Amino acid sequence: MTETQNQAAPSALNETAAVRLRRSRFERIRILLSRAPLTAWFGMIVVSLYAIAAVFAPLLAPYGEAEIFAKADDIWSSKHWLGTDQIGRDVLTRLVYGARNTVGIALGTTTLSFLIGGGLGLIAAIDRGWIDQIFSRGIDVLMAIPSLIFALMLLAIFDSSIIGLILIIGVLDATRVFRLTRSVSLNIVVMDYVEAARLRGENMGWIMTREILPNILPPLIAEFGLRFIFVFLTIAALSFLGMGVQPPTADWGSMVRENAKWITYVPYFPFPDAMYYALKPLLPAGCIALLTIAVNFIVDWFLHETSGLRDV
Amino acid sequence: MSEAPNQSSLLLDMKNISIEGFSDERWHPIINNVDLTLHRGEVLGLIGESGAGKSTLGKAAMGYTQPGCRFTGGDVLFDGLELSRMNVRDLRSIWGTRISYVAQSAAASFNPAHRLLDQTIRASKRLGERSEQVLKNDAIDLFRRLNLPEPETIGNRYPHQVSGGQLQRVMTAMAMSPRPDLIIFDEPTTALDVTTQVEVLSSIRDLVAQFNTAAIYITHDLAVVAQMADRIKVLRFGEEVEQAETRTMLSAPEEDYTKSLWSVRSLEKPEQAGDDVLLSIANIDAAYGSSKVLHDVSINLPRGRTVAVVGESGSGKSTTARVITGLLPQLSGSVTFEGEQLPPKLRDRSKDQLRRIQMIYQMADTAMNPRQTVGDIIGRPLEFYLGLRGRDQERRVIELLEMIELDASFYDRLPDELSGGQKQRICIARALAAKPDIIICDEVTSALDQIVQEGILNLLQRLQDEFGIAYLFITHDIATVRAISDEIVVMWQGKVVEQGMKNEILSPPHPDYSELLLSSVPEMDPDWLDTLLAQRAAEGSKTIKAQD
Amino acid sequence: MLRLVEVIGKRLLLGFVTLFIVSLLIFSAISLLPGDFAQAVLGQSATEETLAAFRSGLGLDKPLFSRYFDWITGVMRGDFGSSFSGRNSSGFDLSRPVLEIMAPKLRNTVFLALVTAAVAVPLALVLGLLTALFRNSIFDRGANGLTLTTISAPEFFLAYILIIAFGGFLPTIANVKPDMGVLERLRLISLPTITLTLVIVAHMMRMTRAAIINLLASPYIEMARLSGASQTEIIFRHALPNAWAPIATVIAFNLAYLVVGVVVVEVVFTYEGIGKLMVDSVGSRDIPVVQACALIFAATYILLNLLADLVGILTNPRLLHPR
Repeated sequence: MTETQNQAAPSALNETAAVRLRRSRFERIRILLSRAPLTAWFGMIVVSLYAIAAVFAPLLAPYGEAEIFAKADDIWSSKHWLGTDQIGRDVLTRLVYGARNTVGIALGTTTLSFLIGGGLGLIAAIDRGWIDQIFSRGIDVLMAIPSLIFALMLLAIFDSSIIGLILIIGVLDATRVFRLTRSVSLNIVVMDYVEAARLRGENMGWIMTREILPNILPPLIAEFGLRFIFVFLTIAALSFLGMGVQPPTADWGSMVRENAKWITYVPYFPFPDAMYYALKPLLPAGCIALLTIAVNFIVDWFLHETSGLRDV
Repeated sequence: MSEAPNQSSLLLDMKNISIEGFSDERWHPIINNVDLTLHRGEVLGLIGESGAGKSTLGKAAMGYTQPGCRFTGGDVLFDGLELSRMNVRDLRSIWGTRISYVAQSAAASFNPAHRLLDQTIRASKRLGERSEQVLKNDAIDLFRRLNLPEPETIGNRYPHQVSGGQLQRVMTAMAMSPRPDLIIFDEPTTALDVTTQVEVLSSIRDLVAQFNTAAIYITHDLAVVAQMADRIKVLRFGEEVEQAETRTMLSAPEEDYTKSLWSVRSLEKPEQAGDDVLLSIANIDAAYGSSKVLHDVSINLPRGRTVAVVGESGSGKSTTARVITGLLPQLSGSVTFEGEQLPPKLRDRSKDQLRRIQMIYQMADTAMNPRQTVGDIIGRPLEFYLGLRGRDQERRVIELLEMIELDASFYDRLPDELSGGQKQRICIARALAAKPDIIICDEVTSALDQIVQEGILNLLQRLQDEFGIAYLFITHDIATVRAISDEIVVMWQGKVVEQGMKNEILSPPHPDYSELLLSSVPEMDPDWLDTLLAQRAAEGSKTIKAQD
Repeated sequence: MLRLVEVIGKRLLLGFVTLFIVSLLIFSAISLLPGDFAQAVLGQSATEETLAAFRSGLGLDKPLFSRYFDWITGVMRGDFGSSFSGRNSSGFDLSRPVLEIMAPKLRNTVFLALVTAAVAVPLALVLGLLTALFRNSIFDRGANGLTLTTISAPEFFLAYILIIAFGGFLPTIANVKPDMGVLERLRLISLPTITLTLVIVAHMMRMTRAAIINLLASPYIEMARLSGASQTEIIFRHALPNAWAPIATVIAFNLAYLVVGVVVVEVVFTYEGIGKLMVDSVGSRDIPVVQACALIFAATYILLNLLADLVGILTNPRLLHPR
């Protein structure tokens, strides 16, 4: 270090040891992005493309969502770039609308589970008394049943509608959000600044939203990504099993199911046609996989940047 | 420099050492061109404030840098071997056997899955020179020399089964077991209470002398290093300030920086009696769950005065603060503020009652919300208690910043853009913003470097003189007590042992516990430990054993 | 030792209580059925008498708790009631006991799960350990990207890719028959096993890696390093004894995950297992079978977690050697 520093008289203004450099938020984001690995960039680009497809689906899709053409199970042509499905709907159109429906439903479900699980988790963490005990024990029991199984059982009883699906999966998934919110909040609740706010006489609302929430945001954001993936895959699996999103709504999971029959015949078709029949179920499945991979890449990078430890 | 070194006795010769660390997106120097030499059997004290690089330099003597750090220059010559460029496989044959390391936190540094004796002899076993049984007997002998209780069997225990002070001694035995040429002690007693510290210090010192082992003793505590070291090197900002033989260094430091370090300990204010009792707690009993932690505690705090509450960890001093603030309602007894009884529970207290008693914490890091700016942090009590908003609030925040010797440029900084002392100042400003009558200071200086401590203590004193605020000053550090208090309360195991004016408490005769506590506080006299031990030996059975 | 017994006892009790509540939840699902479900099961032409006989046969006229008691005591004897299918409006009951339907499928699923676990668990642990040791190496980064991709993809996507890649020479339909030998069975389930293994290994390996890295960051590992311990000594002597609890949790979590993943994979490869049975029964609203399947899945899940916790308790030195 320089000599001036050695000679500086001890004064509060120029204390320096172990101080983080002052940088604006914009600058920090720029540094963060400049170091983002390729996988993260890939993830961000894919997610943006999906968002565009979902928002502008009616403009991008060549035909209407449920428009039926004469020739069913048609192979690709200039009129139908990806052919038509088993009742004669344009596959490309169904894929584009799928971005809106499948992603939209999963996003809605994840948001619901965060509102329920996050809210209750925060309350439980601040309370640390009997409310916490009741919530935590109840949720331990709910979590003892795998959610796909639970959902299947409930769907055997109730008719599957989109609202029902969102409610069932949202509530079941809220248990996991509750656990995480509670445990990260517990680390914050014991901080002296929360005690200081309590001593000042602040109410519960202030402590929740001003003191705790901003400090648990990074893990919650990462968890939102992971929960989204989980919910998205669960709904896709349910649709694939025929219990999820019902026709005529365009949905990737259902599209895989509808075209699954072709896959076992692929080895028996001659070359160019075989490609087409392989692609039929693989395209919607690939749409699902690509998005989850993209989100996972972003979350992975985000976790690495914010904690460096939590790798799962 | 110590007396003309015999060339053959030179054990460690570090030349022009430079080390960089990576953090906050850049490489920055931690150690800058430092030389260090050590002779066989010599103990070198390495002192400096946090961030001075003393621990990094200590580890560098082993040829080791922590993950995220790197050597950028210099040589580490250990007994003719160059360590800084040696590969890890070769270093392993030196680490643990020829150079061993004693860490600050023994509790975290022992593997929880293995017995102490096995861990003690592991490195020596690798040498393969002596049989396991010989090593075990030797370890038991070391345990005995280190005054560990039940030396024959303590090694069969697991780390969580013995106390912190004992673990620290077992770790010394582990370091000594292979009879190394050099031991690095990295703040080995910092986490211990003073009464425990005395025993650990004397055990370490005797053992190192008995085996004529060279040692580097790293600490921030001058009085401790004065007992342990033959020679002292002072570091600051990763550079050497000066070094000299211990007695010379203590009596005649050359550099201004060293002199300022020395002078902190002499801070003292004249006591003033106060007769206007502002806060009075009487016959308080309190418990966490079923374990009772306060027994019949009574303390009076006069207006505009400072009462220091002194005691070791577990003495109940912080619990007392929790009762006063209402965080832990008492089982029985009363808290009276200006003649009016305060409701035991926090939520039953009025906003004005809350405003008039404020609190400052030990760790300023955790006492400020890292997502709020300085303006938000100081502004909130202004808005909450006094209804100040907008321009008025901002003006007042800047006024408060100036009061604590900072300026308006701090207004929109975040806590991690501040140094430790600045953070603590912001906490003081936050308490001050409420215009309180009482501020409870819970170990507010113990996490800070000594020079920064001095600044904070002076600031608190000035604020008291200016605004007549009363302080309840909780601390374990006697030098701090001398510097700031008018009255002293000594606590031990949840009870008040002694209470009175400062000079009365600090001068003998003392009740047994106060005696043990006060006499255990290291002094800047190199003979202090010897004198103390001789005294205690003479008094023999009268001494209370530190509860270890 | 007393403390250890107490902790284990508490954990076992908690497991049983959870199992009890879960079984109660699963059972009471049947009361959520809409009132006309008897009609739906027996068909539109069913008479009032046959409907009434069907309802009382299910005990729907009795209070919930006594019905639950009958059901759960039956379950403990291995009697899961009888299926809805095979009943019809004539009132002539051709339905088979649930157990009879379920038993062969359960055997199939257990076989698939065991084979997968036998391949996946050792593979994942070794890979997890290696990536943790060579953290940030090319190997680690590659494995990270690859596993992230595998766990992101839905099981059916992986399954289809495998079918297209290997469909030419490996069976794509796992239609096992009761009289088949083990080798023949193994050949038939090769693709389902590979699919499940890919997913499980990815999950388990990432979790193992994280657990080990977490452990390697503890101060006692730095201490061991500074006392000259070699890399192998650090892993096997210092880290591993403390790693059993996290590793057990990882294994249990992933075997539990296997329980769920098996549903989709069984459907894709038309493997006659309990997952496919459950899906089929959900489709046909055969509630007794759905309940039985759900109970078996949930019980497996709870027991696996219980087992992991017990391993954690039994390897914790603080509990084994109290002060």
